[in-house]
Amino acid sequence: MIKRIIIFIMLGLMAMIFFNLASNYVENESLLKLGRYYAEKGPQELGAPNLVTAVVVTYRGLDTLGEVTVLFISAAGVGLLLRRTRRKQNDEDLEKADRREERAGVHKPASEIVETATQLLLPMVILFGIYVFINGHLSPGGGFQGGAIIASGTMFLLLALPESHISRILIAVTESLSGFSYVVIGVLGVILAGGFLDNRILGLGEYGDLFSAGAIPLIYCFIGLKVGFELSAVLDRFRKDDTGPEKT
Amino acid sequence: MYISILVLLTLVLCAGILLSALLAVILKNNVGAIVSAGLASLFASVVYVVLAAPDVAMTEASIGSGLTTMIFLYAIRKTQGIDTTSRENK
Repeated sequence: MIKRIIIFIMLGLMAMIFFNLASNYVENESLLKLGRYYAEKGPQELGAPNLVTAVVVTYRGLDTLGEVTVLFISAAGVGLLLRRTRRKQNDEDLEKADRREERAGVHKPASEIVETATQLLLPMVILFGIYVFINGHLSPGGGFQGGAIIASGTMFLLLALPESHISRILIAVTESLSGFSYVVIGVLGVILAGGFLDNRILGLGEYGDLFSAGAIPLIYCFIGLKVGFELSAVLDRFRKDDTGPEKT
Repeated sequence: MYISILVLLTLVLCAGILLSALLAVILKNNVGAIVSAGLASLFASVVYVVLAAPDVAMTEASIGSGLTTMIFLYAIRKTQGIDTTSRENK
């Protein structure tokens, strides 16, 4: 009973907060000070047509690093919680066990329609993901979006061909390398240019070219690879050993 | 009162978000609830496109309605047996 009353009081408070927000809402007529600085100086300083991603990677680069770290921690947490109960000493043994499991056909096969459609669409989905993060400084999207699209490709693959094998070692190596290179680029910014994650360590190039805007495309490639492989690893973890809960 | 088509579309989509979110809470069937939660974020991603935020829309569509739904489905399959046994123990 008391629990119910508390819940209703909380709901009432939430409603008050949102009512205040909604009733006091006025649309901004002009950009705020910081926004105006970004909009005016951003294109000259960064050389990227897509201002959103430029701000995300350079001015707010530290936040992006934080986001990548959060994602990494959550992926590591999933890996820790869903670790195999069987005692296996190293990764190679795990890989062998996975292959054996896959040969034995533990997982239910998908329908033919899903399988065929996936074989048709999967390369395109992956290619689109790569396109999105390479063109992060030109068109909407960026490392996170591209990585998420690549992970959706992995999702398709796991849906259609549950037996397919994803190399755990490849995932670990790519993910760590790209995360490491991202931080290295950030530190290079301190040494060669204005500060941590400054994109002007490389030439700005022609405005609107694929190879322009300094280090932004490079950083986005690393973020995209890292996010894509991380999310794929999370999906893979959830798939493995999902023949049902253990009987205890 | 004059309402432009864009505003109308946004309102309809927002109603869609609210409805599917409500369904996700109400539905007793787990899989149905998960699918309607995914539907809510699909509607949300269309709203982002209409409101000229394609970057956010991409993330919402692929993570919110794709990956999260999938991970929830996997999690349900993993925990199905555990749920019933704990209920029996009570």
